[in-house]
Amino acid sequence: MTKRVTIDPVTRIEGHLRVDVEVNGGKVTKAWSSGQMWRGVENILIGRDPRDAWAITQRICGVCTTVHAICSVRAVEDALKLEIPVNAQYIRNMIITAHNLHDSIVHFYHLSALDWVDVVSALQADPDKASALAESLSPWNRNGKHEFRKVKEKIAGFVKTGQLGIFTNGYWGHPAMKLPPEVNLIAVAHYLQALEIQRFASKIVSVLGSKSPHIQNVAVGGVANPLAVDSQSVLTVERLLAVKEWIEKLDEFVKQVYLPDVAVVGAHYPEWTKIGRGIVDYLSVPDLPLDGKGTQFALPGGYIQNADLGTFKPITQFGDKYFEAGVSEAVKHAWYSYKDGDNATLHPYKGETTPNYTDFQDEGKYSWLKSPTFYGKPAQVGPLSRMLAMLAAGHEPTKKYATLALDTVSSLAKTKIGLDAMHSTIGRHASRAVVACVQVDELAHQWDLLLANMGKGDLKTYNKPTFPKGEIAGVGFHEAPRGVLSHWVVIDDGKIKNYQCVVPTTWNAGPRNEKGVSGAYEACLLDNPVADPEKPLEVLRTVHSFDPCLACAVHVVDKENDQVVKVKAA
Amino acid sequence: MTTTPTIAVLGVGNILLTDEGIGVRIVDELQRRYSLPEHVLALDGGTAGMELLEPLEGLDKLIIADAVRVGQPPGSVVLLQGDEVPKFFRTKISPHQIGLSDLLAALELTEKAPKAVALIGLQPVSLDTGMALTPEAEAKVPEMLELVLAELAKAGVVPQAIEGIA
Repeated sequence: MTKRVTIDPVTRIEGHLRVDVEVNGGKVTKAWSSGQMWRGVENILIGRDPRDAWAITQRICGVCTTVHAICSVRAVEDALKLEIPVNAQYIRNMIITAHNLHDSIVHFYHLSALDWVDVVSALQADPDKASALAESLSPWNRNGKHEFRKVKEKIAGFVKTGQLGIFTNGYWGHPAMKLPPEVNLIAVAHYLQALEIQRFASKIVSVLGSKSPHIQNVAVGGVANPLAVDSQSVLTVERLLAVKEWIEKLDEFVKQVYLPDVAVVGAHYPEWTKIGRGIVDYLSVPDLPLDGKGTQFALPGGYIQNADLGTFKPITQFGDKYFEAGVSEAVKHAWYSYKDGDNATLHPYKGETTPNYTDFQDEGKYSWLKSPTFYGKPAQVGPLSRMLAMLAAGHEPTKKYATLALDTVSSLAKTKIGLDAMHSTIGRHASRAVVACVQVDELAHQWDLLLANMGKGDLKTYNKPTFPKGEIAGVGFHEAPRGVLSHWVVIDDGKIKNYQCVVPTTWNAGPRNEKGVSGAYEACLLDNPVADPEKPLEVLRTVHSFDPCLACAVHVVDKENDQVVKVKAA
Repeated sequence: MTTTPTIAVLGVGNILLTDEGIGVRIVDELQRRYSLPEHVLALDGGTAGMELLEPLEGLDKLIIADAVRVGQPPGSVVLLQGDEVPKFFRTKISPHQIGLSDLLAALELTEKAPKAVALIGLQPVSLDTGMALTPEAEAKVPEMLELVLAELAKAGVVPQAIEGIA
């Protein structure tokens, strides 16, 4: 008997995602990923001043505000071939890494951990045992017995009042939940601590970005932060010293709590290293530019085919021709029309955003997301792609943290877990934690670079752009938390003539392309187990491993009865 | 150093989707027309979530402006108070329920929830792509702003109107 399961989230962020799966014999046999909201932001931008585009595009998504701002100015700067002051790169790089850390911590603990962690089971835990276990894994100073006892009492209080608050909508007692009570208790304690720690990442973004959640400081040509060694009301050394303290707090948490926690969860769910493999062509871009032009980067990126690191082809600079020429988008299964017919694919500079809504058609159009391809093939983007590219490029810090993560999992699981386990649902979580360790080091490094450069007396943060007569085009790319983001702009006589955003969720969650080939979400969901179609926790695990912006509401459609069972999921 | 705010007026919504951005527009209008005392924070929250946790911790009063779906005719203005607000977000009718309900629940969990909450909402007329409010929603801005001011007044704050603002 085939059951159809529809997961229809409730947010509009990045286009309100819905996932449908057909379940047969306890496994997913068919999957559809559908963006449920028309994203016509590109059309708003046409005719506007390219210097204003960043402020508008950062409103596309509530989770990824800064990333669109930064990608947009990079696109316009690429069109102008405008070099920016190196201080501006350092400040942007710190915003990028702080934002990324914020996103990773919140994603793991607050948006996806409860797919793996059973809060109610933590009530059975022995806090002393939990403390002994946690202390054996990490020097973190908040793993004491007292801390765990307090947390257990707190959960008991919530359960007693029948109000689990933020923990509502969990699949407590689901057969796919496998962590021992002590590990569940540790995870809940760290969930609460992560609420405190994530604020330090937010504070960094808001001090450097002049305002939060929507930063105010970027500009085509650099940043609008006047730097000063001592003056008030600008980015002073004193403020930067506060930033340094927050970086240290993030460093401690990411290395002593986040990475070990992911390893512990991974060790208890070994079967999930074999689920959710899907597309193993991986695309990422280099980020954290170290020079004004964007020809040297702290973190490498590029293209890997068929899970083989030997095929790695690096992307090396802003405006990289290999990247620029490789991207195109199809709309055969998306609710758009192309002038040249819907079997065509279009390069983003020639991209069209003309809606053509048809209703959800399993074999026809079913999504507001287009289907992007890289040299004709879909690609997976995100932390796993990023980590693999950095490993392929021989990036030492990435090697160090990836080895640490795999060694920890191997020793806990008492079996050798290799890199191949990363091509999976749980592997995407592990990669995100590995990348977070690399990024927190880079955040500190970019801080050092900024201070050293200020020390040399260079306080420049902005180069004024001038727009030529006639037509120019540029691409800005950015390795955002969820993967490769690119903005493509065509400017004519100083006004925007065309603008396209190819966002990470489009790469991963896009529908079948013009050749009928699925994107990453759909491909990764195939063969996913589903113990109970009315509680499709396993499907959520795989979808959440990509860090879709938010939680989902799940509706299960039973084909025979045509009955809609609403199940909420966090 | 600046005073820590004890009252916040938070506007949420997406300003690229016409009336969805009403909350942000209300906060903009409040700041444009009035000078607020230092302990009152006016915050354009956009569609953000956890980033807002810190500025909203330990408040005496939180006033939220937002687009809401309450089954009323488009353009209706509603005022919800106290317990109704978190309950309202739990039933998931607001377009931004995830961000806000998670946020309020997280504040609850860390024992830093606001002592009082009020929500001033507008049933949207349109959620199409576009940066301007519909004329119907635009016409409701003064009424919603009055409700925000009334909520501020209950908390003992009477903001000074800035002279010469139309």
